[in-house]
Amino acid sequence: FAGLADVSISEDIPVEGEITVPVGSRSPDEDYSTLDEPVRDTIMRDLKAVGKKFVHVMYPKKSSTLLRDWDLWGPLVLCVSLALMLQGGSADSKDDGGPQFAEVFVIIWFGAVVITLNSKLLGGTISFFQSLCVLGYCVLPLTVAMLVCRLVLLAGSGTVSFIIRLIVVVAMFGWSTLASTAFLADSQPPNRKALVVYPIFLFYFVISWMILTFTPQ
Amino acid sequence: ITCLVMYLFAEFDDAANLLAANPDATTISIDEPVEIPKNQRSRLQEPGREEDDELLGTDDSDKTELLAGQKKSAPFWTFEYYQTFFDVDTYQVLDRIKGSVFPVPGKNFVRLYIRSNPDLYGPFWICATLVFTIAVSGNLSNFFIHLGKPTYHYVPQFRKVSIAATAIYAYAWLVPLAVWGFLMWRNSKVMNIVSYSFLEIVCVYGYSLFIYIPTAILWIIPQKVVRWVMMMFSLCLSGSVLVMTFWPAVRDDNRRIALATVGMIVLLHALLAVGCLAYFFDAPELDFPAPISPTHNGTTVITKSQ
Repeated sequence: FAGLADVSISEDIPVEGEITVPVGSRSPDEDYSTLDEPVRDTIMRDLKAVGKKFVHVMYPKKSSTLLRDWDLWGPLVLCVSLALMLQGGSADSKDDGGPQFAEVFVIIWFGAVVITLNSKLLGGTISFFQSLCVLGYCVLPLTVAMLVCRLVLLAGSGTVSFIIRLIVVVAMFGWSTLASTAFLADSQPPNRKALVVYPIFLFYFVISWMILTFTPQ
Repeated sequence: ITCLVMYLFAEFDDAANLLAANPDATTISIDEPVEIPKNQRSRLQEPGREEDDELLGTDDSDKTELLAGQKKSAPFWTFEYYQTFFDVDTYQVLDRIKGSVFPVPGKNFVRLYIRSNPDLYGPFWICATLVFTIAVSGNLSNFFIHLGKPTYHYVPQFRKVSIAATAIYAYAWLVPLAVWGFLMWRNSKVMNIVSYSFLEIVCVYGYSLFIYIPTAILWIIPQKVVRWVMMMFSLCLSGSVLVMTFWPAVRDDNRRIALATVGMIVLLHALLAVGCLAYFFDAPELDFPAPISPTHNGTTVITKSQ
């Protein structure tokens, strides 16, 4: 500090201020730990988040909510319900039947992981779990299609019911693909968008095929 | 190595400038072997001289070996290393697919389209598409063949997807491994001009399978003649891509070994096609067996036909 020896502060510059560091003056919300709240609040908060994302999928606008606050509850619920609804078809033949529960589960999760890896390897900027979240949530239209198919099959399984099912499944397949593309396309490098969208198309096509070929017995 | 590459490029630039001014001149660089000017001259002339195309492979393979060494510099446990295998744009993938469907005689698929940038995107997703296309088409074709028969009960046959996946992915990865190993072994005995890296071989095999996707869709048509004609057609197209790729690599070897290698490659390709056709697609004339047959348990059949 030798160079500062000749620096002098004039006496008439007022020095003011508070030295005390404020302690514990955070807003009341941060102090409120979520351990103390009623269980209902915790569950309702998560359910509301999941529900909000469902709405975003059904009306896909370019919003970042799905990407920012990702969660995997919705995809899990959708995957389990889809796999459960695909059961009970042709159960008597042991070899040639519909997909088993584990097969549907593995196809959906393994397929989503492979597509996410593919988009990241091609240079996408989206994170791993965000992409899984989007792909899982966009299975919602196909789950709705499965529900409709099962209801239609209760009524009958002739050609008319097949045509109705075909139209519903094709429409929902288009909706799923468009919704997920709307969310994911922005994070990809521009000359590789088609390379990223094609596997998503294939993924939802396979799921639609499983739904369409479901025959109850 | 970088200095050597820059030096080679500088030499090319100089020679190219000289040749552009005076197309018939032969430039001879004192420091380099005499083959290089001949290749540069052929590059500037009209393509179509097939010997020069092979030698184009020589010059290219030297540079591509160097360039390949330059590219994959990230260590193999990082993510960036694997990103180098996906460094393709949409138009490049489409070009490569086009090159595999319309093979130009005399042009080498690897040199023309891959050019030391082998990608894993094409092989992986073409195989995945092929797996699902064969499974779906097979299912659809069986459905249409047996439609209307009262004893037929439609089942989606989901097991076949996993069998198809295993067969096709095994073919697309193990056969290139075998071919690469074989070529490496022969390379140590006979100095071959053209040599391929493992990824380039995987790339060629993957893209050559693309023609089977529309073929599988057309196999839904339940006519035996139509199916076999289409299979021959697609076998010729994809087989020719493979033959034109691998013939320059084994040409300098013992004649019989070269022919045996190329023959084996085509044979395995044909086996894959025939196997898929036979296993996933029922023969159209197959009459569905009568409901009561002495070897089957009668009661099972009766409950099924409800």
